Amino acid sequence: MSTNVKPKRRGFLGITFEGPSFWISWALFILVPLLLVAVLYARGDINSYYYDVLMRIGIAVVMSVSLNIINGHLGQFSIGHAGFMGIGAYVSGVLIVGGNPGRAGVSLRIPGLFSNLPVFNIGGYDFSVGFILAALVGALAAAMLAFIIGIPSFRARGDYLCVVTLALNMIIVNIFLNMDYVGGARGLTGLPSFSNWIWVWLTVAAVIIVSRNLITSSHGRAILAVRENEVAAEIGGINVLRYKLIAFAIGAFFAGLGGALIGFHVQFINPNMFNIFKSIDYMIMIYLGGIGSITGTALGAILWTFLQEVLRPLGVWRLVMGPALLIVIMIFWTKGLTQSELPFIIKKKAKKE
Amino acid sequence: METVIGQQLVNALQLGSAYALLAVGYTMVYGVLRLINFAHADIFMIGAYVGFFIFNTFGLASGVTAFIICVLGAMIGAAILAVVIERVAYRPLRTAPRLSAMITAIGVSLFLEHGSRAVPFIGPSFRRYPDIIAHTTYEIGGIYLTAAVTVVLITSVILMAILSYIVSRTMVGKAMRASSYDKEATQLMGINLNRIITYTFAIGAAEAGAAGVMWALVYPMIDPYMGMMPGIKAFVAAVVGGIGSVPGALIGGFILGGVETATAAFLPSMYRDALAFSILAIVLIFKPTGLFGVGVLEKV
Repeated sequence: MSTNVKPKRRGFLGITFEGPSFWISWALFILVPLLLVAVLYARGDINSYYYDVLMRIGIAVVMSVSLNIINGHLGQFSIGHAGFMGIGAYVSGVLIVGGNPGRAGVSLRIPGLFSNLPVFNIGGYDFSVGFILAALVGALAAAMLAFIIGIPSFRARGDYLCVVTLALNMIIVNIFLNMDYVGGARGLTGLPSFSNWIWVWLTVAAVIIVSRNLITSSHGRAILAVRENEVAAEIGGINVLRYKLIAFAIGAFFAGLGGALIGFHVQFINPNMFNIFKSIDYMIMIYLGGIGSITGTALGAILWTFLQEVLRPLGVWRLVMGPALLIVIMIFWTKGLTQSELPFIIKKKAKKE
Repeated sequence: METVIGQQLVNALQLGSAYALLAVGYTMVYGVLRLINFAHADIFMIGAYVGFFIFNTFGLASGVTAFIICVLGAMIGAAILAVVIERVAYRPLRTAPRLSAMITAIGVSLFLEHGSRAVPFIGPSFRRYPDIIAHTTYEIGGIYLTAAVTVVLITSVILMAILSYIVSRTMVGKAMRASSYDKEATQLMGINLNRIITYTFAIGAAEAGAAGVMWALVYPMIDPYMGMMPGIKAFVAAVVGGIGSVPGALIGGFILGGVETATAAFLPSMYRDALAFSILAIVLIFKPTGLFGVGVLEKV
């Protein structure tokens, strides 16, 4: 955690969102990758493997930037981020494909609440009204859960949140595993492929814009003040518990959206997609990229997802690499990619302010 | 009815003693270093595997002697592992922000889990734990007691007694309590803090290693991820008892074991797990310092 309380105005991936070019840069940031990938994939220039990797990278960015709101900006320590993702995925999944109220193995599906809403197809991409609603409801469910969990955990000292979120993640997986209604260990299957690059990139843009505007707003200053010194923030008239809950819920909300996106992308969900090891992956991403920096966490997500694809031949040893990397980062390289003084990293320009 | 209660009491004591032995390790390390040692749960797992390999490689005959050898081996193995972990992963971060050390602890925990899964001689599959204590069942006044449970209960009591003696009567224990009270002042009194921390890790891990063997005796299926649930529940026990307090951890372990056994009769296992964490939430709301904990004032 750096010591500067003042929020720095810095851009994303080298683009500075300042001055007259403010709106233009934001518009470019949203539209260029959106259209580029969407058109290239529709034309067949990107094969489905690379498209899948791009989707996973996008969802990883959503997850890591939203986790950064909690761990980086708020300075709390939540490690069960995949749990919120699971809530988002399952709630939205059940709202679309419905659940199975009978015993396991007996197919007696109740159709989902939003299953009959219209789906528009534009340029080969599905725009489903039901999916949007379901994803939002799933995300809200995750945010509400975060709110409920936050109240007891934030009353105690900081360490406890990490145990509570860890436990929460394990319980969520456990409950899904034992719930016949959502398919138990087999999970929910037959999800339509409603999630595509357009939704993923819009969510990426949303999480980055929200997270950036949050820290530069007065609420965000309060959140950063809580991170730097809780007691001083309290004395300064900031309602510490309230801001902790707000930031925690926002982080969980986007995690829920991420869950809906991954569920409708891979078209099935099972409990082990959201276990504690997934959460640790997101943690590695944010610490690899540089905790507290939006650019850093996004880069970390891209790098780590990419590395995992590249290192697939390592098999089971690939799993060992993540934790080992985490230990090495913590001991030798706490600042991560974007905040360390390495020669090959472009120095951030925000210093001049 | 009495016999049912008596039977459940035995189960509660057995489960509680495992949680208590594990919770002690969490609480001692937290007391000295203010670090939640997530790797503790995996030291418990490694302990179970050490017992497994000792029994199988030396082809021991089932019985109390074999049990003692396995437990001692597991204790030594776990203690060495914990000391190495402390030396390699935690010591470089002694002066770093506390969060870094905690993240490292999570890293070490996963490293041990995935590492054991990746090495060929442990592997990802579940393994049947050998009957270190042969299957015999005694009946005392309508309560059925297997030989394994009896041995586990007696050993737990002995281990807890030894631990209490070390913490409250010996110079090492005194130094441990002193350094959890004030690290700087302890060093000024000429106590080698590094050595005390090493002892703390070794003692906590030895208890966890023994608990691992005993857990596997009662629930005879082991796999590299077996430590996660008991570990986190033992941490809850340490919080219930007041983190940093050794008697608190012991009592917290038995409270958790009792509550869990009492509810196991009525609820399916997933709710039983959730219940342990509702206890954590309740404690955090009403008494965040736990039963025996002392509130730490945060300095501005």
